[in-house]
Amino acid sequence: MTKNTSQGADDLDAPWITQDDLPVKKYQIIDENGEYDPEDVPDLTTEEFVDLYRWMLVEKRYAERMINLQRRGEMGTVGSSRGHEASIVGSGYALNDEDYLLAMGRETSAMLMKGVSLRDILLFWRGIDDAQKFLAQRNCMIGISVGGYLPVVTGIGWGMNITDTDAVVTAHFGDGATSTGAFHEAVNFAGVLNCPAIFYCQNNQWAISTPFEKQTNANSIAQRAVGYGLHGIRVDGNDVLATYHAMNEARELALSGNPVVFEGLTYRREGHSTSDDPTQYRDRDEVEPWLERDPIERYEAFLKSEGLWDEVDEEAMVAQVDEEFDAAIEAANAYGPRDIEELFVYLYEEMPPELEDQLRELERSLSELDELEEYIERRPKG
Amino acid sequence: MPETIINAINMALTEEMDRDERVVVFGEDVAETGGVFRATEGLKDKFGGTRVVDTPLSEIAIAGGAVGLAVFGLRPVAEIQFSGFLPPAFDQLVTHASRMRWRTRGEWSAPLVVRTPYGAGIRALEHHSESLEGAYAHVPGLKVVIPSTPYDTKGLLKASIRDPDPVLFMEPKHVYRSIREDVPDDDYEVPIGEAAVRQEGEDVTVISWGAMMHKTLEAVEKIDVDAEVIDLRTISPMDRETLVESVKKTGRCVIVHEAPKSGGWASEIIATINDEVLMYLEAPIERVTGFDIPVPLLSMEDYYIPHPPRIAEAIERVAE
Ligand SMILES: Cc1ncc(C[n+]2csc(CCOP(=O)(O)OP(=O)(O)O)c2C)c(N)n1
Repeated sequence: MTKNTSQGADDLDAPWITQDDLPVKKYQIIDENGEYDPEDVPDLTTEEFVDLYRWMLVEKRYAERMINLQRRGEMGTVGSSRGHEASIVGSGYALNDEDYLLAMGRETSAMLMKGVSLRDILLFWRGIDDAQKFLAQRNCMIGISVGGYLPVVTGIGWGMNITDTDAVVTAHFGDGATSTGAFHEAVNFAGVLNCPAIFYCQNNQWAISTPFEKQTNANSIAQRAVGYGLHGIRVDGNDVLATYHAMNEARELALSGNPVVFEGLTYRREGHSTSDDPTQYRDRDEVEPWLERDPIERYEAFLKSEGLWDEVDEEAMVAQVDEEFDAAIEAANAYGPRDIEELFVYLYEEMPPELEDQLRELERSLSELDELEEYIERRPKG
Repeated sequence: MPETIINAINMALTEEMDRDERVVVFGEDVAETGGVFRATEGLKDKFGGTRVVDTPLSEIAIAGGAVGLAVFGLRPVAEIQFSGFLPPAFDQLVTHASRMRWRTRGEWSAPLVVRTPYGAGIRALEHHSESLEGAYAHVPGLKVVIPSTPYDTKGLLKASIRDPDPVLFMEPKHVYRSIREDVPDDDYEVPIGEAAVRQEGEDVTVISWGAMMHKTLEAVEKIDVDAEVIDLRTISPMDRETLVESVKKTGRCVIVHEAPKSGGWASEIIATINDEVLMYLEAPIERVTGFDIPVPLLSMEDYYIPHPPRIAEAIERVAE
């Protein structure tokens, strides 16, 4: 479906601006057929080129195995990132350790690159509150209220300005999030304060059952930047090199006081989450062509024509990812033992007396009421 | 055939859309798929894409849009996908919906319904389990309705849609599909503002609502106390009379809700009983509630929920 903002507007006189005045290009280095202009290729070492490939495999294998675990009842609801590999890896690869990454949940490999352990990601999706503690130690957070955390991102960037910190904050979110009021206030505010913030929208074209064209009448997310006085870019999010390169520049822009609206154009290949059935709202005809445009295969074509494919031992890479994943599950299974005290201690720095009483009361009822444990089925355990 | 709460919602919406063409239904994912819980399934096929609309992911505009539609004479029934996402919409409910009639001295009004699944127990992500009915009931001008059974769900939702004032309709999603009962095809309303006596008794009055109603009934069944069980059904405006009359009879009272304890709606009930029938009380009133913490993520959320053993213990203690 194409957007049309000028119905019945053919014979107007006054100088209206329309979407047509703002054509938004899609930035690409490697095209859908794996072709590219060598001039455009970012200056990376062989190792780094190979590393990007390995990270995409990590993301893909992670997604596959998480779904399997969920189907076996060993995980809560999870959302697959299949299709987003280049978008996540390209953007994550440009970040430094001091940078903040506030995410919506589909950015595993980007968080791993920041030093988050895979075990902690597994703990998170098992509904173990401690997981976010470990994420926070790596300047990461997952926000489940869509878009709600974007003003916080602005605030972190503001703090970086006040304290002269040489880092950026990036928020990852979906196209749906750009419809929230929080998005608009956050982006506008960041612009006014010149915050080193990158608003990174993974536009996978669906928000559960709502397609992008029902999310906004604008042609792109990137163009929003102009209205707020920011830099904006629309990148082919299935092109890992373009994503990485643009994100690197976004980081430089942000550091120099120009917040950025970054749109990575990609596609959610699977359901919104394991409790969603995408066949209810989208046709095979739409999905199939995207399945053929796999971001990992596209990059493989690039590595081949650069003569770098020999450096990739895919089998060994997958084996290594699986090994790491196995170890992470084992560590997650071994996590604990946990005490109900953890439900109470983190709310305030010092526990108020009333909360202290409530904790004692819960402890008492657990020890005195025989049937209470029966009602508390502990699954999946931590 | 016995129906679920989800079916009852769907029946009420279908019948009201049929009866009154001003009724429009909208929210995230409600039209194409029938919503994440399928409460609005089939409505778009029946009533078309003008009256059943998928919206952008915009809680502020969903709630504020409902106010505007209502002011303009339509009868909006908006869905907020989970009550944990009401906070952005709260501004619109407080600032506009609840006081449009007051502000315009009766010239305009906001007869709207915001439906939202609430409560813990389905092992969901953060923000998918809260029960902040007390906070919403604190807003003057906003009615807050919480059914606990399929029959009541249909009747209360129909009454809410026909109500001349804004109604926040909170659905106990934990029992969306687990409670079944016969729901007649007839057009009937369950009046807003009336509690139901689920079980008569002499010893102690137990007041609850939503999913906790069922935990309360389960608790009462297991103990040797002749409890009078009251389902509040409407948090605001509250049916003071039924509560007061019952406590006059039993002289004892326990209140059960899953929302945090401090400032929860139980406090208001206790204050009401103190105001009206303090002299009849033979024991201090107790409340069994969630704790003053956010609902824990799925691995430990069960420690938060007031399960029947905790409820039973409190009733026995108060009855002694
Ligand atoms: C404020 C808010 N409203 C509704 C939801 C329920 N919900 C969870 S994900 C989602 C769709 C998100 O779509 P998008 O932002 O495009 O991200 P994607 O899942 O496509 O990556 C919705 C409606 C939520 N989590 N938060």
